[in-house]
Formats: sequence, C-alpha cells, structure tokens
Amino acid sequence: MIDFALLFFLVVCAVAAIQMRDLLSSIMLLGIYSFIMAVVWTRLNAVDVAFTEASVGAGITTILLIAALSRTRRMETKQCVPPANLLIYGTVILLTSAVLLYGTLDMPTYGDPGAPAHSHVAPRYLEKSYEEVGVPNVVTAVLASYRGYDTLGETTVIFGAGICVILLLRRKI
Amino acid sequence: MFDAAATVITLAAVLVLYRAIKGPRVYDRALAVNMIGTKTVVLLALIGFIYKRPHFLDIALVYALMNYISTLAFLKYREKGRLD
Repeated sequence: MIDFALLFFLVVCAVAAIQMRDLLSSIMLLGIYSFIMAVVWTRLNAVDVAFTEASVGAGITTILLIAALSRTRRMETKQCVPPANLLIYGTVILLTSAVLLYGTLDMPTYGDPGAPAHSHVAPRYLEKSYEEVGVPNVVTAVLASYRGYDTLGETTVIFGAGICVILLLRRKI
Repeated sequence: MFDAAATVITLAAVLVLYRAIKGPRVYDRALAVNMIGTKTVVLLALIGFIYKRPHFLDIALVYALMNYISTLAFLKYREKGRLD
C-alpha cells in the first residue's frame, strides 16, 4: 500500500512541477520528487541506485537548476498553444506510451528467479569473481574488470564533456 | 509495528505534499522539501527494520547529511540572487 502511495506522490509532484509558473517552486517540487524516488528505489532493494538518486537528484541537480535560474528570469511567461497542436502532441505521447507499455508485456515479473538476468551470467560472476579479480564486491568487479573497457569509454565521454563545459564557462568570466 | 509507523509517516507526507503544492509562498515549499527529506530519512530507517536489514540505518544517516544542501543553495539564491 505504501508503494502505491509513493507512486501516487510521484505523479502528483511531477504534474504540479509542470503546472507551476514560478520556476523556483518547480525546482523545489523536483527535489521532493527525487527524495520520494529514492524511497521507491530502496523499496525495490536497489540501495545504490537510491543513493545516487538522492545525491544527484535532490542534491546536485537542485543546485545546478538554481544556478541556471539565477542567470534567467524566475517567472515562466504564459504562452498559448493552439488546440490543434495539443491534439497532435497528445496523440504522439499516447502512441509512444502504448508502444513502451507493449514492450514491457513479455518481461519477467519482479523478483522472478528464472529471469535471464539471474540465470544467464550472474551465477558465474557470484562464484568466480573473487578468484578471478580479487575484489570482494561483485558489482565493482563487473564494472571495473569484466566491463573495464566499457567503463573506460563512459569515463572518457564524461571527462570530455566536463572539459567542454569548463572551457565554455571560462570564456564568460 | 514498523508497518504502522511507516503508514503514519506516509500520511504525514501527504500533508507536507499538500503544503508544497498549495503553499502560497516559495518559503513554504522550501520548508516542505526539507520536511520531506526528514521523512525520507525516517522512512528509510523503518524500511530497513521491516526488511530485517538494519544497516539501512547508515544510509539514512548519510541522507540526513545531504538533506540540507538544496535548502542552503535556495537560501543563498534568495539572499543574493546568485550562487557564486
């Protein structure tokens, strides 16, 4: 029952954050959204994801959004969308969500021990990773050793993006 | 007993959420974010005890440490109009 309440909170927060004309209030509501999302992740036993959600979503993103807000105006200007466009947007959104929902139909149920994610390579990692890599944490072993090149690529992309942001922002000062 | 406590905390979160959405001024919303953060900490500790994994308590403590960051940024923005 608490799960349903939390998901309901999420929907209410998201709709309210979109409807709000004061952008600072929208940012506050997004902070609440992140905290509730973190609880949902914890309910699903994904503690590390919950931790990332709370620190990035509720901590850093709020600060970045406020920093962006301080360089622009606080109030959103009212703009009218013609009803014909609204119809087109609504149709596209409904079609996309129908396709996405159709994609979830043949997924295994939550916590199913026979799901491919639990039966394919996970048992081997659990048995062999300490002998082969020597790291006690299986997640760390997979990320840093078995998928080492993949992680190296991701880190390179983020490093490059960080350098670009620093270069862009330095020119202004 | 932990389930009942979690339910009560969730009901309290409804009240806070109402104030966050309705709240006439932006300060009400900032306070609501702070309170939701506190409720998250308590709820996490309770979930840890419901699942019989008391080491969730450490995570709840770290959440409590991160809780005030966004409030600090908000207050600095309201005071000076900028963050740097």
